[in-house]
Amino acid sequence: MKSLHARQAPLADTGYQLTVLTQAEAGGAHLPPFAHQLRESGLLPLRPTSLAVMQINVGKMCNQTCRHCHVDAGPDRTEIMTRETMAQCLTALAQTDIGVVDLTGGAPEMNPDFRWLVEQISALGRQTIVRCNLTIIVANPKYHDLPEFFARHRVRVVSSLPHFSAARTDAQRGDGVFARSIRGLKMLNAVGYGVEGSGLELDLVYNPSGAFMPGNQLSLEREFKQRLGREHGIVFNSLLTITNLPVSRFLEYLLESGNYESYMEKLVAAYNPVAAANVMCRSTLSIGWDGQLYDCDFNQMLELPVDARAPQHIRDFNEQRLQDRSIVINQHCYGCTAGAGSSCGGATT
Amino acid sequence: MEKSTYYNPADLAKFGNITEWQAEMGNKFFGYYAEVFKEGALTEREKALIALAVAHAVQCPYCIDAYTTDSLQKGADEAQMMEAVHVAAAIKGGAVLVHGVQMMNKAKELSM
Repeated sequence: MKSLHARQAPLADTGYQLTVLTQAEAGGAHLPPFAHQLRESGLLPLRPTSLAVMQINVGKMCNQTCRHCHVDAGPDRTEIMTRETMAQCLTALAQTDIGVVDLTGGAPEMNPDFRWLVEQISALGRQTIVRCNLTIIVANPKYHDLPEFFARHRVRVVSSLPHFSAARTDAQRGDGVFARSIRGLKMLNAVGYGVEGSGLELDLVYNPSGAFMPGNQLSLEREFKQRLGREHGIVFNSLLTITNLPVSRFLEYLLESGNYESYMEKLVAAYNPVAAANVMCRSTLSIGWDGQLYDCDFNQMLELPVDARAPQHIRDFNEQRLQDRSIVINQHCYGCTAGAGSSCGGATT
Repeated sequence: MEKSTYYNPADLAKFGNITEWQAEMGNKFFGYYAEVFKEGALTEREKALIALAVAHAVQCPYCIDAYTTDSLQKGADEAQMMEAVHVAAAIKGGAVLVHGVQMMNKAKELSM
């Protein structure tokens, strides 16, 4: 499988994605604009709360080409953040009390300056989260020591594993990914990740491998712990359930499988005002590989930058002006407000 | 002609409308239903799989759609779901076959 970008698929154009998302009619049933729901919940315009997380997307390059990827990442993507832009992120970080820097991609470890960035974040006394796809650890000998590197910097590792069965994981992430992910998890466990008392946090991300929403986070966590423990001897800390948003390759999957309309109806029907109040964009700043600023990684992939009145690039960072902005919303936002809510940190209610 | 079959998938979403003609009984049913599927001595996933098996046994297309989705949402995989269907098939088949004993009893009673 290749990225939408490499295939020059119509959905590689974010304008076209937004056209699909904003079509008023879906399956004969009118989908209310997300803004209307927020207004009814007393949340429009959506405003930031306190800035707690800086999420940096260090590039779209990845060793995997997952079917649901909202980034349209893959080995054929060459966009990566330069050290100069990373330095601008660090300058901004140093001016704030932001405690957590969340590194994502692509496979963030494939950026040649990834380790430098983690070292600098550590030097500023802030915690790093790395969104590690697990297979990168075993993809090439130069990555085999990543678990030790992460441990040295007390990095919190957050890794996708959509299911404890190989078939369901491979259906989403590619043939053989489950087996390689298990090898990666064992290497992380071996240095103490996920092991009680080690202080090294290893969390797994469950996102459904199909057109349905995630179940109860705690129930799934229990099931994952039991199955991964019994069948593979693997331990981890928490399971984070994340709803797939209708963006990029997951949007392509929904359209091609004929599930788009019913999936959107499900998300709309499950709108939860409590989850809406807790959406992650209120406390996160998302930075693109080129330094552009966004409200979240999904807006980033739809090329919906922050409110025009706010600084647009990390070199112009100004926390007060960013805090005064209105968060940019669209129909995809229903994904974060459905059911128990969804964020990069899992359920929000 | 909008509807050409007895079963219409869109009707599943209208299930709640049964309260329009009998609110008290309908609401009691849905309240009970919601209580049944909460996690208790059985997990939500186990209950979804039982419901999936029963859905097949009673051959309810609405229930099969609903509990296939629900089983997936609760984290069940294809192998677990198909095993649940086999449990239903075994009980349905067994229920037929165990009556063979009654047939044998009766035949013996009537025969020399």
